[in-house]
Amino acid sequence: MKLAYFAWVRERIGLAEEEVALPEGVETVGDLLGWLKGRGEGYGAALEAPEIIRVAIDHEHVDHSEPLAGAKEVAIFPPMTGG
Amino acid sequence: MAKTPDSSALAATMYDRGAASGSEVKQEDAGGGPRPEPSIEVRVTAERIDAGTVASRLAGSGAVGALVTFTGYCRDEGGRLKALELEHYPGMAEKQIGKIANEAASRWPILGCAAIHRHGLIAPGEEIVLVACTSAHRQAAFEAASFLMDFMKTSAPFWKREHLVDGTTGGWVEARDTDDAAANRWHRL
Repeated sequence: MKLAYFAWVRERIGLAEEEVALPEGVETVGDLLGWLKGRGEGYGAALEAPEIIRVAIDHEHVDHSEPLAGAKEVAIFPPMTGG
Repeated sequence: MAKTPDSSALAATMYDRGAASGSEVKQEDAGGGPRPEPSIEVRVTAERIDAGTVASRLAGSGAVGALVTFTGYCRDEGGRLKALELEHYPGMAEKQIGKIANEAASRWPILGCAAIHRHGLIAPGEEIVLVACTSAHRQAAFEAASFLMDFMKTSAPFWKREHLVDGTTGGWVEARDTDDAAANRWHRL
């Protein structure tokens, strides 16, 4: 599965994107954020407040309860500040 | 969490990105006849946006009685700011703006709209975003443009970062609760 990071999530993790193989038990967006948070210091800093983090699966906004099954690209980013 | 309006039924609607969009709104509609499919222009670009060109393209038809445009500009924040950097999610940005525009077209009897957002470095005094809507009567164009802007700010994947005149890169601009509240007022019960 491809993960894409934007804005300060990208900066804190230190990567714009990466391919990951999900461990067993990671089934929803919320599970994914929890798993990523424990992968290292940068991930921990990016995801220290997961409740404010926005996620899109294959370019569509989703809630943290959304299942990951079938997702090709999961994007993780802060609240949007365009306009 | 701010949610994009549910417009999945419209997701497959084709929208016109071309310069010929103005030609689609020639049908006379003031009497309540069938409204032509609105022309919708969605663009994400690093280039400057010429609001006048976009407006005249949208309004150049006898069916249009009202044109509302909104342009959002980069402020200098009291002389502190050298530029804003707009990061975006290519692909999703265009798709989300298209969904918002299609939702606006399904809620209001607009004849056309354009929603154009820049990315990259933007200097104070330059435009960041342009929304323009046309309709037979003013209310639809006013409301659709306001709706479009509210959701461009809260659900289109763009992020602002400040570049300061002292040469340093400032922080990421924080999302404002007032922007979420502005978007939420459009939610239907």
